Amino acid sequence: MSLPIMKYEAVIVGGGGAGLRAALELSEAGVKTVVLSKVFPTRSHTAAAQGGISASLGNVEDDNWHWHMYDTVKGSDWLGDQDAIEFMCKQAVDAVVELEHFGMPFDRLDNGKIYQRPFGGHMSDFGKKPVRRACAVADRTGHAMLHALYQRNVKANTHFLVEWMALDLIKNKAGDVIGITALEMETGQVYIIQAKAVLFATGGAGRIYQASTNAFINTGDGVGMTLRAGFPVEDIEFWQFHPTGLSGSGILITEGVRGEGGYLLNGNGERFMERYAPTAKDLASRDVVARAMQIEINEGRGCGPKKDHVLLKLDHLGKDVIEQRLPGIREICLQFLGLDPIKEPIPIIPTCHYMMGGIPTNYKAEVVVPNGDNMESRVDGFYAAGECACASVHGANRLGTNSLLDLVVFGKSAAISMIDFIKNHHKEYKELPSDAADFTLNRLAKLDNNTTGEAIADVRTEMQIIMQQHASVFRTDTVLLDGVAKIEAVAKRADNVSIKDKSKVFNTARVEALEFANTIEVAVATMICAQARKESRGAHARLDYPERDDVNFMKHTLYYKDGRKIVYKDVHTTPLTVDYIQPAKRIY
Amino acid sequence: MKKMKFSVYRYNPETDNKPYYKDYEVELEAHDTKLLSALIKIKDYQDDSVSFRRSCREGVCGSDALNINGRNGLACLTDLAGLKEPVILRPIPGLPVIRDLIVDMTQFFNQYNSIKPYVIDDRPMPERERLQSPQERNELNGVIECILCACCSTACPSFWWNPDKFVGPAALLHAYRFIADSRDQASSLRLDELNDPYRLFRCHTIMNCADVCPKHLNPTRAIGKIKELMVSRAV
Ligand SMILES: Cc1cc2nc3c(=O)[nH]c(=O)nc-3n(C[C@H](O)[C@H](O)[C@H](O)COP(=O)(O)OP(=O)(O)OC[C@H]3O[C@@H](n4cnc5c(N)ncnc54)[C@H](O)[C@@H]3O)c2cc1C
Ligand code: SF4
Ligand code: SF4
Ligand code: FES
Repeated sequence: MSLPIMKYEAVIVGGGGAGLRAALELSEAGVKTVVLSKVFPTRSHTAAAQGGISASLGNVEDDNWHWHMYDTVKGSDWLGDQDAIEFMCKQAVDAVVELEHFGMPFDRLDNGKIYQRPFGGHMSDFGKKPVRRACAVADRTGHAMLHALYQRNVKANTHFLVEWMALDLIKNKAGDVIGITALEMETGQVYIIQAKAVLFATGGAGRIYQASTNAFINTGDGVGMTLRAGFPVEDIEFWQFHPTGLSGSGILITEGVRGEGGYLLNGNGERFMERYAPTAKDLASRDVVARAMQIEINEGRGCGPKKDHVLLKLDHLGKDVIEQRLPGIREICLQFLGLDPIKEPIPIIPTCHYMMGGIPTNYKAEVVVPNGDNMESRVDGFYAAGECACASVHGANRLGTNSLLDLVVFGKSAAISMIDFIKNHHKEYKELPSDAADFTLNRLAKLDNNTTGEAIADVRTEMQIIMQQHASVFRTDTVLLDGVAKIEAVAKRADNVSIKDKSKVFNTARVEALEFANTIEVAVATMICAQARKESRGAHARLDYPERDDVNFMKHTLYYKDGRKIVYKDVHTTPLTVDYIQPAKRIY
Repeated sequence: MKKMKFSVYRYNPETDNKPYYKDYEVELEAHDTKLLSALIKIKDYQDDSVSFRRSCREGVCGSDALNINGRNGLACLTDLAGLKEPVILRPIPGLPVIRDLIVDMTQFFNQYNSIKPYVIDDRPMPERERLQSPQERNELNGVIECILCACCSTACPSFWWNPDKFVGPAALLHAYRFIADSRDQASSLRLDELNDPYRLFRCHTIMNCADVCPKHLNPTRAIGKIKELMVSRAV
């Protein structure tokens, strides 16, 4: 069957922070570019980011990128690639200044400069004491950033295909990426979009867990498409559990609350973080705080009738600070708990938040995969940036505010690489194979012909429960092995889901089925890679292997869908210009 | 478990000659406090053909504006408790319906684009951030929180009649956002472009917009400020 074909030099899948930053650079360079997004760009989940974006502006106190780099390496538990980390931290100041120039409405200090607040794991002088590095727009930083980037793209006349869903990558015989297949939701029509360069900026997949701060659309499509195309994904076992998700709904309460002076209390009214992290206390790294909370709850020191959560206290900050700096948090508490944080503490639990792993790239945002002896061979025409990518700057644990930074730094880096590739190396479109869309069309036909399979919701819920029970804050071999068997069984069921609605126009049931095909791949990969990593590092905490094992596991996991194969590659230990930061024990 | 009744506007252009309402009864659990949960229960367990937009489920993405018992609001922020039954769910009014509760927002976004929604400042940029005082920055509070949900514009009779000519409350709020930004150098151009019997002056201060905004923003106030600036500029 032949499909309509569109042609763009650069195709960006994703209209969140990473996709929009890249789009702006490409549009302004005059490259024929299109951005596809499942939702209108400002509805991307970057809009939900609250606390801030990191940069060592030093507007309030001394700071520099060397300290930022050190904190990021330490935060990553030495799994981050130090060349990429140096690249990001060095660019941070310019990236944030650029956002200001784009019109982002940062909060201001009395001297007119950008307001900065402390955030977990960001310290001065190589880990000595918390530093104010998070540049903020109240507690709505992501929303302000996403809108500013979208607005700038309006100015640059960027071309969007809104409510289009990318379905699969198209490769040629040589293994180069030469386009995608995509579904126009409004009509139900499938297209081939031919490209010289494809950028994935599809965001996270936090919906694999039951309790998540992520939006419904965060279904891991980029990772799913990458795996189906035969490429590996990296370090997918590392998931960040944010300490402060609202008990019940999972809605995020920003770490900025603790940055502004809020702290955690257990059921005895004790400020327990003082025991776990004497220096940084409540502003220790997220994995450290989430584990401390889980231990308090597990050992019976939780709060409430079921002792199943702890409390975040901020009433002592006073009405003015809360209204000026944390108005969104107050609104969320009033809306979803009927509770006013000016008067009462907030019930919270560790909640799935961020995917540290993703599509393997270098710091130029080029996708790199094993090829013969070369573990990092470029895939011609394929780029990734933002949460769906693994550069790897976050390693085993991301520091808060480093993701928004990652989006703009690597979004721009991707665009620069793509411009060079398109203008200097790849002047012609490569020829489409005749079967370019067959894989996608077969998937769609199977879904349409299936009238007896299970409903998505049932299988999806089962997946979320299994992930929550077998691969969350604390992990052990027996539980993970059991988890692997269970999640593989769910994957089989996922392969046979059916939808009743077979219509064409804006069929959101079909979209959900196609999304779920991606999400389940992420879940299976997570469980398998978590079982295989027999050490504790960053967010991956194994009760049966409580220590970090640099001899055997200071390496990146690469997982392939085919045969559920795992290989490992080395961590980059050569920064761009500075000395390697030697591994040390992480103490906050 | 509590049960609630819903009557949902349904229309699929492939199969339906005209729209109709379909009734659903939903069993709610204790944690199903918002309307969006009920809609998802219908889609997941009763009828997967019911179509609506949603994403963040926390009032920041602006996807799920609906007309709920005659009033515009976000499904994810609307409490089920207190809604009169059967809860009547319709697409937000005044825009073409694509399917069920999903409307075509093209006109809404065209109006947004028409106000030049970006800071215009052609001066050479300094090496670091442009300075702005906290007071200047505070002028933008109550404006930049807009999530482009269109609850306001689709509650505005003037927008219903002239969606192609009247800018509408949401985009006018944004017009004010840029006029009020101390970094923007194009206020007078912006005012010129709004000085038109339709673009701005179709607003008759009916206040529907401010009434329904789920983010508690006040487009009427912003529109008033634009009008004041036009007057003070004229004298
Ligand atoms: C509640 C919350 C608060 C956070 N707060 C902070 C913070 O304060 N600071 C910080 O640094 N980080 C924060 N983070 C993390 C950070 O916000 C995210 O990692 C980041 O926004 C992801 O951006 P992105 O551009 O990669 O993806 P997203 O913003 O998620 O965008 C993904 C885009 O891809 C599109 N897409 C996906 N799949 C497809 C497909 N198949 N076809 C077409 N389009 C597709 C979507 O439509 C969307 O446009 C927070 C995260 C959450 C959940
Ligand atoms: S105040 Fe103006 S913009 Fe708002 S609803 Fe009334 S006419 Fe429309
Ligand atoms: S002003 Fe309010 S109602 Fe109007 S689009 Fe913005 S957030 Fe929605
Ligand atoms: S789902 Fe995002 S605003 Fe309601």
